[in-house]
Amino acid sequence: MIRAIRACKTAAEERAVVRKECAAIRAAINENDTDYRHRNLAKLMFIHMLGYPTHFGQMECLKLIASPGFPEKRIGYLGLMLLLDERQEVLMLVTNSLKQYPVYIVGLALCALGNICSAEMARDLAPEVERLLQFRDPNIRKKAALCSIRILKKVPDLAENFINPATALLREKHHGVLITGVQLCTDLCKISTEALENIRKKCTDGLVRTLKDLANSPYSPEYDIAGITDPFLHIRLLKLLRVLGEGDADASDSMNDILAQVATKTESNKVAGNAILYECVQTIMSIEDNGGLRVLAINILGRFLSNRDNNIRYVALNMLMKAVTADGQAVQRHRATILECVKDSDASIRKRALELVYVLVNDTNVKPLAKELIDYLEVSDQDFRADLTAKICSIVAKFSPEKIWYIDQMLKVLSEAGNFVKDEVWYALIVVITNASELHGYTVRALYRAFQTSAEQETLVRVTVWCIGEYGDMLVHNVGMLDIEDPITVTESDAVDIVEIAINRHASDLTTKAMALVALLKLSSRFPSCSERIREIIVQFKGSFVLELQQRAIEFNAIIAKHQNIRSTLVERMPVLDEAAFIGRRAGSLPGAASTTTVPSVSLPNGVAKPVAPLVDLLDLSSDDAPAPSSSGGDFLQDLLGVDLAPASQQSGAGQASKSGNDVLLDLLSIGSASAPTSSSTVDILSSDSSNKAPVLPLDDLSSVSLSSKASSNAAPMMDLLDGFAPSPPTENNGPVYPSITAFESNSLRLTFNFSKQPGNPQTTVIQATFTNLTSNTYTDFVFQAAVPKFLQLHLDPASSSTLPAAGNGSITQNLKITNSQHGKTIFGVGHSTLSEIGHNDLDSSIPSFSLFVLCEYDYGVHLLILFPKTFMWFMYISTKIFVYECQSQILPLKASFRCRSIEEIVCSKLYATLNMQNYVVQRKFIRVKVCDVWPQY
Amino acid sequence: MEEHGNTVYGNQQIQFVILISRQGKVRLTKWYSPYSQKERSKIIRELNGLIISRAPKLCNFVEWRGFKVVYKRYASLYFCMCNDEEDNELETLTIIHHYVETLDRYFGSVCELDLIFNFHKAYFILDEILLAGGLQETSKRTTLRLINAQEDLVETAKMEASSLSNIIAQATK
Repeated sequence: MIRAIRACKTAAEERAVVRKECAAIRAAINENDTDYRHRNLAKLMFIHMLGYPTHFGQMECLKLIASPGFPEKRIGYLGLMLLLDERQEVLMLVTNSLKQYPVYIVGLALCALGNICSAEMARDLAPEVERLLQFRDPNIRKKAALCSIRILKKVPDLAENFINPATALLREKHHGVLITGVQLCTDLCKISTEALENIRKKCTDGLVRTLKDLANSPYSPEYDIAGITDPFLHIRLLKLLRVLGEGDADASDSMNDILAQVATKTESNKVAGNAILYECVQTIMSIEDNGGLRVLAINILGRFLSNRDNNIRYVALNMLMKAVTADGQAVQRHRATILECVKDSDASIRKRALELVYVLVNDTNVKPLAKELIDYLEVSDQDFRADLTAKICSIVAKFSPEKIWYIDQMLKVLSEAGNFVKDEVWYALIVVITNASELHGYTVRALYRAFQTSAEQETLVRVTVWCIGEYGDMLVHNVGMLDIEDPITVTESDAVDIVEIAINRHASDLTTKAMALVALLKLSSRFPSCSERIREIIVQFKGSFVLELQQRAIEFNAIIAKHQNIRSTLVERMPVLDEAAFIGRRAGSLPGAASTTTVPSVSLPNGVAKPVAPLVDLLDLSSDDAPAPSSSGGDFLQDLLGVDLAPASQQSGAGQASKSGNDVLLDLLSIGSASAPTSSSTVDILSSDSSNKAPVLPLDDLSSVSLSSKASSNAAPMMDLLDGFAPSPPTENNGPVYPSITAFESNSLRLTFNFSKQPGNPQTTVIQATFTNLTSNTYTDFVFQAAVPKFLQLHLDPASSSTLPAAGNGSITQNLKITNSQHGKTIFGVGHSTLSEIGHNDLDSSIPSFSLFVLCEYDYGVHLLILFPKTFMWFMYISTKIFVYECQSQILPLKASFRCRSIEEIVCSKLYATLNMQNYVVQRKFIRVKVCDVWPQY
Repeated sequence: MEEHGNTVYGNQQIQFVILISRQGKVRLTKWYSPYSQKERSKIIRELNGLIISRAPKLCNFVEWRGFKVVYKRYASLYFCMCNDEEDNELETLTIIHHYVETLDRYFGSVCELDLIFNFHKAYFILDEILLAGGLQETSKRTTLRLINAQEDLVETAKMEASSLSNIIAQATK
């Protein structure tokens, strides 16, 4: 059979052969064929090894084991160990053999037991195995000893029973028994302190003597490996001595001599010898301190480290890692060699060495080490870069002596391996940059230079774009020039070029592009001469299929085009804002994100002196919190919502920039940057935002409480101010007037909805659907179906007819009653936390058939987000299919049609819907963007 | 995995032994810790990719899921043994060598085909060297003596059986 399988040229052929064999074996099993049973099982094992299912053969193993002959039993046990594992509780049968004769059968049973026994079996058979530890045949004793290890591993509380027989084994002369006995004792010591004490007291001297005899023994061909007598026994003995010596000075003392002897006398030109040395070093490092021995050990490691054999170097690095804690200084001496190992061609060695270097870094050597590592980064393997980059970033952040050095190193890393830099790292970098006010100019210029050469590194692009957005003027005017810098000339349009490259770069992802848009907006106010050009770039993105970019583009375009009156004032305020904003950001939103010091944020909201500041603060707060107004949270918040909060909405819209849950920081940063041109008081917003959105922040409660209390007290004046501020007067929120909508219209069918509410029952909305046939054919058997999300209840009344006359000559009406079980409850959430509030809790664990989320609310309707569980496709949805979505007791009709048969179609419809939206976007009342954990990458 | 991910035993414990050919075909597997069939094939797949792709001359250790896989290539076969993070890799390497030498002595310059057609014998020999992941016998001679003794037992049993069946056959003629 094996030959037949080997003759197969293709996988299909092989499968066919195996299937045939399996069928034959099955047939034989069914016929209870005893003659060929063992042969069948052998075949089955081979098939098993090829990876085919063989469960049907398990019973055969047991039958074979039960049969009297030795050959059958032998194959049976082999099959047992191979085909079964301890999960299958058929093993009890096996155990009879333990009491049997001849010894080989006992051996087989012990072997099986040792390899696959379960806890239950271990408990039952422990006495039997214990008895076998004293069996007269040494081969059984050694098997029993290893079996005991397995048993103890399964049932540690049996340890006590084994102590005496185990220590007896240590006096054996037979190497097999001795080595297994040593192993058993080692495990016993690990499991029970009683055993440890016992063995330490009684056996340490004996073990030392055994090891001494072994080390001094003359050549014995039976056990000789590479000129050393039984290196395995050496190693196991050293291991046991280590356990015994750990934490016990006397025991350690008694083994010093022999350890020194082993460490000095063992030949180190073969693997076996090195294995012993390695073990010996481990033992020396673990037992109680003896200066001389330690030096010896470290020297051995040093020798290992310079060995040409990779294996030896690997274990040396491994060991040095452990030695660092014991003797850091000694390890530092080998730093140069270790650093070389980081550059080794072998991935395993590199990894070890890098970890070791990471441990070795301290304040004094960080500069040269970081330099070495960063230099190496340039030439390192792609798959090693991620590790290396992470370690470098961590080293640099942890030990950086000064900011400029930190920024320099980080820029180097970003330009070399920016694509491997994690988000937190560059967030932290930005924070540090913002805090180093005297280095702003320097940084932005350095970034500008770096960008010229390394524009393919995503994170470098991001940081550059961000910094140019913030400090573009410093770049152009060479502000804050340091002595070490070469002067460069950058024009305004050069700076814009950079951002344009970043935004048009094919590889840029959503975050980068979104950041670039923000930067453009900022530059537009900073560089008036480029304003028109910037607007053109922004306008291109009005048609973006990515909602995030489209939304930003539309908003920013509106700011540039329509809000000249605000913008002019904004431009004036800019320089003041920046400084303050950084402090606010640092204190409020990024405690501990970098090595910066944290200022309590609670004081901040009040810290700004400008009279307008608190107002806008509130305004922002409301725009952020309003969606969570909650039935309880005073009406004034709702009122606020009604007011056209143009700037605020833009801020919050932009603030939702990044959709991924871990982007809190980015989120904050982009809020800051987006809002910068709109109002001077973003400072406060930043801190309030951060507390609202990042529940992880410790100051969360404090600051948000103080802010909301402020909100209530200042509500009224704010309204006044805002009215003056708003370019267009509010038009919405004038009560329950529900306009009808045409929910669907094609050249064949029109569907209109009329909405009404029954007084006193605000939860229920009645929709009258009217269908009109626009074709010249009469529709018969016309059926209308509708679906709603789980938290809504839909009641469909019978239709007025099932026949729809042609050419608009008549219509069918049908009533739908929709009850919103969540009416009056919070429908929106704030920030990241709220997917559940629509009525589907635990989005992660149980995803409902589909879920509906309000994404944005416009005066023309609601922008909805629906999650389909199977596919995890997110898409935008104009609400007509789900006819009504109640939001603050107002029905929000929409104009768009939507049908789908497949997921592709959904994607198409999504784009269509998004484009359709454009006309309305600018006029929205307020936006509420749901921050989802997963945002689709289109 | 679940219960062995955090073993802290100081004792050398081999988790599993796998022999794979250079083409990625499995020639022998021995599991000393409970892995389900599914995990087993997953592990084999992973290690296949990890080990076969390594260039010669690199070190014989691969870190993998918190364990260390020690492998060594003999002709077209990779012998892999997986031990705990803390264990002595060099010793495991020596064990592999010890196993291969024993096989060699048994088969008389062993080759891959020997292990394919007599895979059960490879298992028997392994079972005499390792048990429950622990080292059982360090003398090749003893190991082979035990194997041969058992083989003799099998032979006599077969002889008996065939003579028995002969007698029966003759009797029933």
